[in-house]
Amino acid sequence: MAAGKGAVERLVSLKVNGQTRRVDVMPNDTLAHVLRYKLGLTGTKIGCDRAECGNCTVMIGEETYYSCSTLVHTVRNREITTVEGIKSENGGLHPVQQAFIDELGPQCGFCTPGQVVTAVAFLKKNPRPTREEARQAMAGNLCRCGAYGNYLNGIMRAAQNSVSMK
Amino acid sequence: MAFNLIGKDFTPADIEAKVTGQAKYSEDFRAEGMVFAKLYLSPMPHAKVQKIDASEALKMKGVIGVLTADDVPEINAPGSPILTNEPTYVGAPILAVAAVDEATAADALDKIKVKLRPLPFVTDPLESLYPGGPNAIEKGNVAARGVDLQEHKWSAKDFAKAGEGQLPEGKPVEEWAFGDVEKGFKDAKIVLDETFVTATGSHHSMEPRSCMAYWQNGKCYVHGSVQSSSFTFPFLAKALGIKPNELVFISEFCGGGFGSKAAYYPVMAIPAYFSKKINRPVMLRISRAEEYYLGSARAGFQARVKIGFKADGRVCAVDAYVIQANGPTTGFWDYQNLGSAISVVYQPESMRWRGVPVLTNTPPQGAMRGPGENQTAAAMEPIIDKAARQLGLDRLAIRRINAPDNSGTYGGGGKQVPLTSAYLKDALDMGAKAFNWEEKKKLSGTRKGSKVIGVGIGQAFHTAGANGFDGLLRILPNGKLHIHTGVGNLGTYSYAGTARIAAEVLGYNWDNVIIERGDSRKGLPWNLGQFGSNTSFTMARTNYVAAVDAKQKLLEIAAMDLGGSPDDYDLSNEKVVSKSSSSKSMTFAQAAQRAIELGGKFSGKELPEDLNPMTKGSASAVAGSGLVGVAKDNLKKEGVVPALCAGFAMIELDTETGQYEILEYLTVADCGTVIHPTGLGAQLNGAAVMGFGMTSTEHHVYDPKLGIPATRALYQQKPMTYVDVPSDMSWLAVDKADPQSPMGTRGIGEPPLGSAASALACAISDALGGHMFNRIPISSDMIVNAASGRAQSHKPLQVNTQ
Repeated sequence: MAAGKGAVERLVSLKVNGQTRRVDVMPNDTLAHVLRYKLGLTGTKIGCDRAECGNCTVMIGEETYYSCSTLVHTVRNREITTVEGIKSENGGLHPVQQAFIDELGPQCGFCTPGQVVTAVAFLKKNPRPTREEARQAMAGNLCRCGAYGNYLNGIMRAAQNSVSMK
Repeated sequence: MAFNLIGKDFTPADIEAKVTGQAKYSEDFRAEGMVFAKLYLSPMPHAKVQKIDASEALKMKGVIGVLTADDVPEINAPGSPILTNEPTYVGAPILAVAAVDEATAADALDKIKVKLRPLPFVTDPLESLYPGGPNAIEKGNVAARGVDLQEHKWSAKDFAKAGEGQLPEGKPVEEWAFGDVEKGFKDAKIVLDETFVTATGSHHSMEPRSCMAYWQNGKCYVHGSVQSSSFTFPFLAKALGIKPNELVFISEFCGGGFGSKAAYYPVMAIPAYFSKKINRPVMLRISRAEEYYLGSARAGFQARVKIGFKADGRVCAVDAYVIQANGPTTGFWDYQNLGSAISVVYQPESMRWRGVPVLTNTPPQGAMRGPGENQTAAAMEPIIDKAARQLGLDRLAIRRINAPDNSGTYGGGGKQVPLTSAYLKDALDMGAKAFNWEEKKKLSGTRKGSKVIGVGIGQAFHTAGANGFDGLLRILPNGKLHIHTGVGNLGTYSYAGTARIAAEVLGYNWDNVIIERGDSRKGLPWNLGQFGSNTSFTMARTNYVAAVDAKQKLLEIAAMDLGGSPDDYDLSNEKVVSKSSSSKSMTFAQAAQRAIELGGKFSGKELPEDLNPMTKGSASAVAGSGLVGVAKDNLKKEGVVPALCAGFAMIELDTETGQYEILEYLTVADCGTVIHPTGLGAQLNGAAVMGFGMTSTEHHVYDPKLGIPATRALYQQKPMTYVDVPSDMSWLAVDKADPQSPMGTRGIGEPPLGSAASALACAISDALGGHMFNRIPISSDMIVNAASGRAQSHKPLQVNTQ
């Protein structure tokens, strides 16, 4: 895990939340670390740093990734969306965020950004899921407060609200 | 009583920041010139540091400095050191290194040479109790709260006397009793004698306990992750060797604690000491693996309970003996709570309790959600089922006949003290009806191929309230009510729920209320933390007395300005209104302005004598800004406040794989008046999720030959995920007021874990025809062994089993 003395530092471009950011990265820098410590996007949380908990989940393109286990070099020029980039079309709270509030999803809140990102990505692919489909889709996001039921309520509410808005 | 706010849902002010990622936890703060620290952790379970050579590391580019035990106050065993030259567990921090980035700090650790002399160690408490057995620390093997460090050994005869698979019962370190235990056992129709083991396990808070600190203009700024703001403050200041007015402590959000971040803990002091030494802000990120070492853990038990039942199922005698794996420090009093929990949940007519807290070279152990009570629930409830089977009684009936009601007592310590109120019988009845126990129990043992249905009931208890803390609030000239709370923010939202009690007293519209919290500069009163299921009782009282004080001042100001006496006025719609003429009134905003002009007690310039110095300081800091309501909770408190829960589970267990699905689960809470229904439901269901983990997968394993923990990752301890628990769980609350809480509220955070853990343990046992595992957790291979009639791979008292 040595940083590699004399390793070449590189200036790369990252497209985060619709903005292109130039950032100096080491070859072994993870996306989570760069987001948090080089781009100031601390909404992405590091719960385990080894792809076990899902607290660091971000979207790369349309897919969710554990940013703690994604080398930043591999996502140059990809569209990265963190929790800070999750918004409704009018710039307010995204329906998932509002539904998580309404259903009292977060307890301690540390896993919440990851839950939000996974839920948003899931509903994009499956706007009218069953509760069981949502449960399976969310299975990579741990919540030690055990708020799974409240988060699922939130996802189902968000799906319903989005459908009724259309 | 009809309430405007209590019993109704609301949106807590801090929740939006959680869904947008704006909530700042301790690792999210930055300071100019901040550097990163990494810890050198002991690779041995017990050793002495002989030499540290950091010269190569200090020569590295980017390395700023090293902090060793010699740079911080010495704390002798069994205290909890900040850094140590005598590590007593694998993972004990020996030194810290700081560098411009974390990777450099990690590289620097590789260059530091630490010479260690290994010392004897122990991971199994019984091994330490053998004559000549190893001691976890040099001067002894037994210590706990109220138990001085001592060497305590049993004789070879003590061990020989115990029957096969039974806990030996040498001399205890502590014991108590009430009633005539000998007569109790004589009265019994049946007596069960059960030896059981409960494993240690981690809290698994999603946020590791990272901390950042710096010094500025003579003050130390600490960003920490903790369950209590005020309660941490004096202990942190003391640990840092500074005066309270030299500390600024920021703890607005806590990413889970479950007891492991109850108040000050030693690694919180490292960034502050390091920052002082190198004159740079220091961030100490704790990794998940480190969290397993130094992040506290639930204590393990090796215990034996003899329990006598009359023909109707009434518990007439209990004789409990518990050995606690305590870790290398004073740890927590889980083992004492085994006794008190049994005394409350089963209300035995007579009882003796004995215990030995044994030091072990395992991670320091601390309170974890229902410390002691919940291990006890998970182990005891299947024993109650065994008695029901032998006596031919219904499993609900045997619980009901023993469950505490308002005549119930708490027997911990040997003195039977009344409970402030108790409705466990009501909880059982409500649960049995909603779960349809009468029909569900008929499904018990129903087979479909290799799958079999099991049903179970669980129960659990924790104390649920304290008293004597202070409340502080202000009404400002803009009419807004600012409620100051130092209780902390664990994510239960009870900091806000109990603040609503003050708003209720004053008749405030909740939109006009602001809660001041999470930062010592905001003027926080002396409050207990968010632990021990206490908030909904303790903080209800402090907020109530502060609001009553403010109400009295409002009435007095109105009488002064508008004539008459305070009794002639009432509060309505944020106005003080004359009872006789509604046109005679003044707004709270006007009264607040008058309070500032009047000064003295009205604006907080004069304070009650009996306030805690922290509250006095905080109230003085905000004095003159409005009408100040401030008081110590001197309300009547007699007896022990209980939180009680009943759980009902139905599972489908596969006898070929040892896996099971939880088909249905219901919790019923007895927590007094419900403050915040959705918040209560979230606590009950969330605790149940944790309880299922406790019964099924979560446990530590240490290599007994090397003392090295084998479980240092989430995949090894397997906390429950979305797909391990039912996607829909149910909950109910008895919702009967506690007479010693101003609006009837009591806490509840911990017992719903125990009721779920025990209901699941009972359901597993039920699916296997009443098989007794006498061990928590119950792993899949244990289930397969039991289902196929094979012997288990562990011995009854063995610890560290897979």
